[in-house]
Amino acid sequence: MATKSGRTIIADQPFSWKTFFLKWEWLLVILFLGINVMNASLSEYYLSGAGLFNATNSFLEKAFVALPMAYILVLGDIDISVGSTACLSAVMLAYFYNLGVPMGLCIIICLLTGTICGAINGLILTKFTELAPMIVTLGTQILYRGIAEAMLGDEARGGLSSVKWFSNLYWGKIGIVPIMLICFIVCAVIFGFVLHKTFFGRRLYAIGANKLAAEYAGIKVQKIRMIVFTLTGTFAAVTAIFLAARMGSTRADIATGYELEAIAMAVLGGFSTDGGKGKFPGLILAIFIVGMLRYGLGLVNMASQFMLVVIGALLIITVMLPNIKSMFKVKKKA
Amino acid sequence: MELSEYVLELKGITKIFPGVKALDHVSFQLKPGEIHALMGENGAGKSTFIKVITGVHKAEEGEMYLDGQKVDFKGPKDAQKAGIAAIYQHVTAYPHLSVTENIFMGHEIKKRGIIQWKEMNDLADSYLQELNADFKSTAEMGALSVAQQQMVEIAKAISMKARIIIMDEPTAALTKNESEQLYKITEKLRDDGASIIFISHRFEDMYRLATRVTVFRDSQYIGSYDVNGITNADLIKAMVGREISDMYPKPEVKIGEEVFRVEKLTRMGYFKDVSFNVRKGEILGLTGLVGAGRTETVQTIYGVEHYDSGKMYLNGQEITVKNPSDALRQGIGLLPEDRQHQGLILDWGIGRNITLTEIASLGKNGMTDEKSERAKAKELAERVDTKAVTIFDKASSLSGGNQQKIVVAKILASDLKVIILDEPTKGVDVGAKAEIYEIMGELAKQGYAIIMISSEMPEILGMSDRIVVMCEGKVTGELKRGEAAQEEILKFAMARSPKAAKN
Repeated sequence: MATKSGRTIIADQPFSWKTFFLKWEWLLVILFLGINVMNASLSEYYLSGAGLFNATNSFLEKAFVALPMAYILVLGDIDISVGSTACLSAVMLAYFYNLGVPMGLCIIICLLTGTICGAINGLILTKFTELAPMIVTLGTQILYRGIAEAMLGDEARGGLSSVKWFSNLYWGKIGIVPIMLICFIVCAVIFGFVLHKTFFGRRLYAIGANKLAAEYAGIKVQKIRMIVFTLTGTFAAVTAIFLAARMGSTRADIATGYELEAIAMAVLGGFSTDGGKGKFPGLILAIFIVGMLRYGLGLVNMASQFMLVVIGALLIITVMLPNIKSMFKVKKKA
Repeated sequence: MELSEYVLELKGITKIFPGVKALDHVSFQLKPGEIHALMGENGAGKSTFIKVITGVHKAEEGEMYLDGQKVDFKGPKDAQKAGIAAIYQHVTAYPHLSVTENIFMGHEIKKRGIIQWKEMNDLADSYLQELNADFKSTAEMGALSVAQQQMVEIAKAISMKARIIIMDEPTAALTKNESEQLYKITEKLRDDGASIIFISHRFEDMYRLATRVTVFRDSQYIGSYDVNGITNADLIKAMVGREISDMYPKPEVKIGEEVFRVEKLTRMGYFKDVSFNVRKGEILGLTGLVGAGRTETVQTIYGVEHYDSGKMYLNGQEITVKNPSDALRQGIGLLPEDRQHQGLILDWGIGRNITLTEIASLGKNGMTDEKSERAKAKELAERVDTKAVTIFDKASSLSGGNQQKIVVAKILASDLKVIILDEPTKGVDVGAKAEIYEIMGELAKQGYAIIMISSEMPEILGMSDRIVVMCEGKVTGELKRGEAAQEEILKFAMARSPKAAKN
């Protein structure tokens, strides 16, 4: 069918090699390969299967919270309380375990804690929609960390590694593949699928691109924000579980700065803080870039403080690249 | 060097955006001390042209002369220095700052780096006095009406000693009285020696003010004419490129039984006891002055806002609507007043915009179905005759009229019984207007019940089967097609209560 004036509108995506190769993900692929080449030249064991898997285990627990963080950024929101949420969830887990509660139940308590923390963020932000998420989650960041500190003070609660299956969540392997990596891949595939292939995902993008138009299109904006903030709390607790399994004990100062690292991974992966942008393959690449870079810098015994300098610089330079490119374009024209 | 006849002259200006020629060898001449109207459909290139003059855009080709001297603006600062100021339709002010701060933004009066507030306030007050303004320089910008904010922008132009002032649809958001005041100010500016380019969709603006008029169409210069001795028909032909024989193609439709009814709908502080109904195949015009509560009423029906009391019936059954999703599910759709913010995601392709409300019914099991979405989007985009190449064209790349057609297509994607159109032709050019009326007529034929809000009297009279008039949150009158005349409607629109109007 054509229009009245005889025009037809093309419904097939025009393909061009130029746009294909100008995709953000290619830059990330190059970065990823570069970092792996660097690591391989630093350690002869790195490229062996076990070596690579060990490398992923050094950072993947944080990556669980980066998955829902990408959703938050798509919505145009932000959540900087996830580090504190993870800490409080881990503290609750260890606290109840030391009271003699069975580990299975402790894990449920941990997940509930995270979920409730996320739901509180969501509730405040959806009932008082004019509040800025940055400010609200800054408040709960301090609040959740404060509760954890009130519970433990300077002490640590430990003994978690005496439950073999629990510590295996982090340390265990199936063949040579770490259990945590398998869990992460499953979660990442689900998150990516939901974002790119379902109504829910499309609605996230719509809200991030234009909240008002999304509402007029019949999308329940506040309900969806509530779901995503709550989900983020739950996944902060998932991070907490793997972290507790790794360390065997918890303190009130763990998981500090995780929120920023999760946001950094998402932004590097192409998710803009303005909302409505970003694709999941980019996020996964970015998670591995940041993680592998940290691992590589560890191989050369770089102090962790200096590592932050390198990662921060990497983030700034990479997100600046597209702008530098357009800057040159303008100059050429003028 | 010979003195030029023109204060501003542009020759062969061409501006290319990726994929589009926004201006194609356009010429323009402005005489000193004249008010020159610039007209053309939306998307004809007027806004781009203004941005070239003010140095915001740089033209790929062409020359620009000020008093016969060739100039080459590197940016807006250069244009400002040369005495060119623009007053935009949507005031680009800082709402939280004072009037003084807005006037002097960017050229504050300073002594040794310290801002001289007293001096600036005094000067601002003197400008405002000159303009007969009824507010002070210390007022907060955001607290002023649109007309008052425009006055501030004009004061700003005066403060910069602008010799060439460009006004981009300044009367679009003004009432009749406010427009009249603006006319007077504009004339005063001219008498004080400024040359003025006045952009407007309204013919009355042009007749009232301008001595000459230039018309653009499809990015091209069509011609310049003396206002004396030109007719509406000539102008429309120049702007549209064809004659529009029947502006309001209202088809004769057999009107069926009642589809939708509201009874005593009330939202405290906005509207009270609003009752009306609409039948199958009927176009119900809902009119009144700005602020009469029409938009608030339909937003409530659509579930964007809540209501305090009252009932709604669809096909005789009482319904409740808590949010737009409820409304859409039950068959009520709304074309919102502000298409750019409420109707469209400008950053998205037109296809995704069209199918946004219906992704669930086009897919299954929670998953989207790109293929059926694309087919649906193509079908609907063609049905409303959108000027687009692919369904992946960004909504922001279309002109106002074509954007509005996309919002119409978006409504058509849903399975509706009642369609509410809030100012469907606002900011839409003559050609696209006629097309939108045609679509409305077809929808009525297909049996939709249509509620159309409009402030434009000819539109209300031309398209409605029945007219409901509101004033200050209440329904003050109802008129049938044929018996309604402009005076009648105005009487109801200004009636404080239904009684007063009947007497």
